Amino acid sequence: MPFSLLKYGLNKDYPFEKHADLPAPTELKSSYDVVIIGGGGHGVATAYYLAKYHGITNVAVLEKGYLGGGNTARNTAVIRSNYLTSEGVKFYTESVKLFEGLSNEFDFNIMYSKRGQLTLAHTDAAVRGFRQRAEINKHFGGKTELIDPQQIRELVPTLNMNPGHLPVLAGLWHMDGATARHDAVAWGYAKGATQRGVELHQLTEVTDVIVENGRVTGIKTNRGTVNCGCAIQAVAGHSSLLAAKAGFKMPILSYPLQAMVTQPVKPFLDPLVSSPSLHCYVQQTGRGELVFGGGSDPYPLYNTRSTMDLKESLLAHAIELFPFMANMRLMRQWAGLTDMTSDYSPIMGLSPVENYYLDAGWGTWGFKSTPICGKTMAELVANGGKVPELIKPFAMDRFKTFQQVNEMGATAASH
Amino acid sequence: MKILNCPLNGPRNISEFVHGGEVRDMPDPNLCSDSEWADYVFYYENSITVIKEWWLHAPSGYWFIAERHTATDEILKTYDPSEIYKDRVEFSQPPKESVA
Ligand SMILES: Cc1cc2nc3c(=O)[nH]c(=O)nc-3n(C[C@H](O)[C@H](O)[C@H](O)COP(=O)(O)OP(=O)(O)OC[C@H]3O[C@@H](n4cnc5c(N)ncnc54)[C@H](O)[C@@H]3O)c2cc1C
Repeated sequence: MPFSLLKYGLNKDYPFEKHADLPAPTELKSSYDVVIIGGGGHGVATAYYLAKYHGITNVAVLEKGYLGGGNTARNTAVIRSNYLTSEGVKFYTESVKLFEGLSNEFDFNIMYSKRGQLTLAHTDAAVRGFRQRAEINKHFGGKTELIDPQQIRELVPTLNMNPGHLPVLAGLWHMDGATARHDAVAWGYAKGATQRGVELHQLTEVTDVIVENGRVTGIKTNRGTVNCGCAIQAVAGHSSLLAAKAGFKMPILSYPLQAMVTQPVKPFLDPLVSSPSLHCYVQQTGRGELVFGGGSDPYPLYNTRSTMDLKESLLAHAIELFPFMANMRLMRQWAGLTDMTSDYSPIMGLSPVENYYLDAGWGTWGFKSTPICGKTMAELVANGGKVPELIKPFAMDRFKTFQQVNEMGATAASH
Repeated sequence: MKILNCPLNGPRNISEFVHGGEVRDMPDPNLCSDSEWADYVFYYENSITVIKEWWLHAPSGYWFIAERHTATDEILKTYDPSEIYKDRVEFSQPPKESVA
């Protein structure tokens, strides 16, 4: 054992205080240029890019729990850009590019692991859909191919090619598919933001939004009221509750989304494997555990309990794909609260309150977009509400003008 | 297993039911504005409260209403829609499309 470690072990003060990633908590100031509600990945990424690219540092991120303790801590960390609409693919492709450089940018390892994502088609309709997605993805610079059963067997030799009597007909092989350590993404952004002067206030719950003459002027919290030049809400499953405090409704319903993980085993599964028809996806983590995820719960609920029903249906399907997994033991199960829109695209940009901005509707698929959301939301704020091109299609108003961006086919059960 | 008490079939596993969304008044599609229609179709309160919602018992094709708390998931009441819909709801006739 190195001597210095022994010294730390015997030291009564925590010796890393001066090297801590985050500064010690402070009192709230009376006023900030920008208040960001929600200290998940999206909130801290926005703060980071505001400070880094726009020199805006009089910023507070208010988080009712702890940094990244919401869906950022609960997702299954699938990163991909093989969506269906050109609006979506363009946006997610930018995010994947940013993700690739994050570890270097932060000087903090986010364990970005690019192993490709394989989505299985069990019907002719799915094969046609995949062909379209492959072409759109390639058009915008992604690496995606339609592959045949022989190629699938080579990629994933352990896969049952006839699961649940739904033979695997083809696969959408997305070489850019990846995972990353989700907590590290939040920590990296928070560290970079606070080093540049942003304040992160954990255990600080926003209890009301003060709106005067159509503009937000202040934010009430359990630790007092702060004035603000503008505010952003990035609170995932709580989006409608916050919007109600600011005085408007959103086209969102909140559903629990559950996931689970097994005990670790030897590495055997490199790509992320997903089957929309079986409502299930499986991946092996760097530690050897298998992570299972699927669709949201069947009805809206503000609760993150786990259910037996979901365990049964999800695992039955996972075992169809990999029958030998039947003998494995589950280690943990958890849920997050997801803010679902009816077109499976996000809601970003302006709200009915003039200087109150939205980053919501991220449902079951918003981890992968963390970097690009932060970057575009920061641009929106820095330009005083001028919406960046990349996020224009995701305006909340699209529901009033019937211009939805339908990503359902590319999102359901793949995240 | 979570149990839902169907007014027609009695207590059944909730997996036999399909959630049909909140009970709310539909605006007259021929008379309301686009914005009112969008509001009805896409926008929700989505708050933490007891809500009235439609449920379908799929095997018997029977629609009914349940009152459920959206955070505790407690189902407080279930009843036949006739308890609140006493009269037939009439909408205006759509304007005749001219056929070219
Ligand atoms: C089980 C599961 C699996 C998923 N898998 C994937 C995946 O594989 N790939 C993918 O891309 N996405 C996935 N997602 C979706 C993804 O996790 C989310 O879209 C994303 O993390 C949203 O980030 P966020 O920062 O907006 O939200 P969050 O991380 O949830 O942060 C919002 C924060 O706001 C805080 N907050 C709420 N109300 C208040 C208040 N009143 N005052 C102060 N703070 C408040 C919350 O405490 C929370 O920390 C998954 C989600 C779940 C639940």
